[in-house]
Amino acid sequence: MSEFFAMGGYAFFVWGAYGVTFALLAVEVFLLMKRKRETKT
Amino acid sequence: MTEQSLKWFWYASPQTFFPLARTIARLCAVLAVLFTLAGLYVGLFVAPTDAVQGEAYRIIYIHVPAAWMSMFLYVVMAFWAAVGLAFNTRLSFMMARALAPTGALFTFIALWTGSLWGRPTWGTYWVWDARLTSELVLLFLYFGYMALQASIDDRRRADRAGAVLAIVGVVNVPIIYYSVKWWNTLHQGASVSFNKAPSMAATMFTGMILMALAFWMYSIAVAMIRVRCEILENQS
Repeated sequence: MSEFFAMGGYAFFVWGAYGVTFALLAVEVFLLMKRKRETKT
Repeated sequence: MTEQSLKWFWYASPQTFFPLARTIARLCAVLAVLFTLAGLYVGLFVAPTDAVQGEAYRIIYIHVPAAWMSMFLYVVMAFWAAVGLAFNTRLSFMMARALAPTGALFTFIALWTGSLWGRPTWGTYWVWDARLTSELVLLFLYFGYMALQASIDDRRRADRAGAVLAIVGVVNVPIIYYSVKWWNTLHQGASVSFNKAPSMAATMFTGMILMALAFWMYSIAVAMIRVRCEILENQS
């Protein structure tokens, strides 16, 4: 398992890419849901 | 007007499109989650390690689909902007506005992940080569479109000005796509293209296509929810 997270020594690059991507997608969804709530009221 | 063309225009009205947009959004959101799980499973667990790049290559499972989406969403945005200019349909402009933030996001993701891939494989986070520079120009086009929209108070004028910018900027998309052929770029040529078999292992290709479908479904879902917000906000 720790071998998987190590990504052959490229952990910073691989998880940096995946982490930021999914974090940004989550931020977009969050902001959109906020906007959706505000427009309904 | 024939019955057939009336059917087409039925959904051009924001009021009739409103419930349909929710159905599409829900369906695509579910599919986006499923495709993401499948894509991550194939990309991170099933696909083998690359012989040259080691594990760092796994970044391409988000980099390539994100780059595809960044270009594709721009073309779709410019298409709706053009339809809006030609037929003066409000919903078309709303579609263009709804796509811009997601397109900008995928452009940024393509640049970010490319940079993190470039460091271990090329030895640099950034070079001013034609592919990277034209993709950065794409990001500025999205920002320019959104800034222009936000800076003009009159909705109709903002839509028309934004549409002109979006249509002029579409020139940049073929430049990005063909940049690796036209110029001697550090960025590699396409591994997957329309006219030849993909030059990569089958599982790698599957992972990439699954992630591309996931981003596709995500984009549709987000754009549909955003267009519903646009419709509601413009009612008053």
